[in-house]
Amino acid sequence: MLLNQFLLLAAALFCIGVYGVLVRRSAMLVLMSIELILNAVNINLVAFGALTDDVGGSVFALFTIAVAAAEVGIGLAIVLLMYRNRRSIDLAQVDLLKG
Amino acid sequence: MSSLLAAVSADADLMVAQNVFFALISLVMVIAAVRVVTTGNVVHAALWLVVVLAGVAVQFLFLGAEFVAVTQVLVYIGAVIVLFLFGVMLTKASMGDDESVVNERRGMAGMVGLLLFAVMAIALFDSFGDKRVVIDEPQSVNTVSDSIFSQYIVPFEAVSVLLLAALIGAIVLARKD
Repeated sequence: MLLNQFLLLAAALFCIGVYGVLVRRSAMLVLMSIELILNAVNINLVAFGALTDDVGGSVFALFTIAVAAAEVGIGLAIVLLMYRNRRSIDLAQVDLLKG
Repeated sequence: MSSLLAAVSADADLMVAQNVFFALISLVMVIAAVRVVTTGNVVHAALWLVVVLAGVAVQFLFLGAEFVAVTQVLVYIGAVIVLFLFGVMLTKASMGDDESVVNERRGMAGMVGLLLFAVMAIALFDSFGDKRVVIDEPQSVNTVSDSIFSQYIVPFEAVSVLLLAALIGAIVLARKD
């Protein structure tokens, strides 16, 4: 199979994720788009690992999965805190640091 | 895209079945991913995300990384999606259609996404036009674990500390006091 098949699929997922991060206003949906981006990265890591016949790609994909799990945990805690303080998770209203 | 299709069909090593399944699954994945970022219902978005994550697990199987595929199913579909659904419940994040999709940034964001994809596609065709991945046999769990616990032991320990820190941080952030 061509390497480009996997890389193009990952690029498509990455760009859809970027679109989601830019366009969504609910913090939950932005976190889901970030998951899309991280999965695209994982496909790339495993594909290059298979290309070079090296196990490092799989190992780093596993590390990325662990980091993504930590990121979702912290992210959801922050969203929960935001909801508790402001009764809304609309990111357009989170502008406390705006000058 | 047509050159990619031509290259795939010129693949005389008769991996037709694999390529057909690859095309079907990636089509489903892309459609599901688009639904994740366009649907107005948060729960539907989480369920479409399950489809994408399962598709990614199948791609890992295509690439012969079976341990990563199993971990993907366990961690993502098993844990992360449940966390998302709990988050949706706890924040009452507007179950019905909300206005979060309809905003003025849509055209600009779509353009950014398309341009990014175009640039990446050109770069990929330029660099890896006819490279092939040959998977003789799947990576065994033995080799992966040997590699983690010898060559990559320091990053592994760093990830463990990171997970502990994230656990404590999540508790501290979400605690009521």
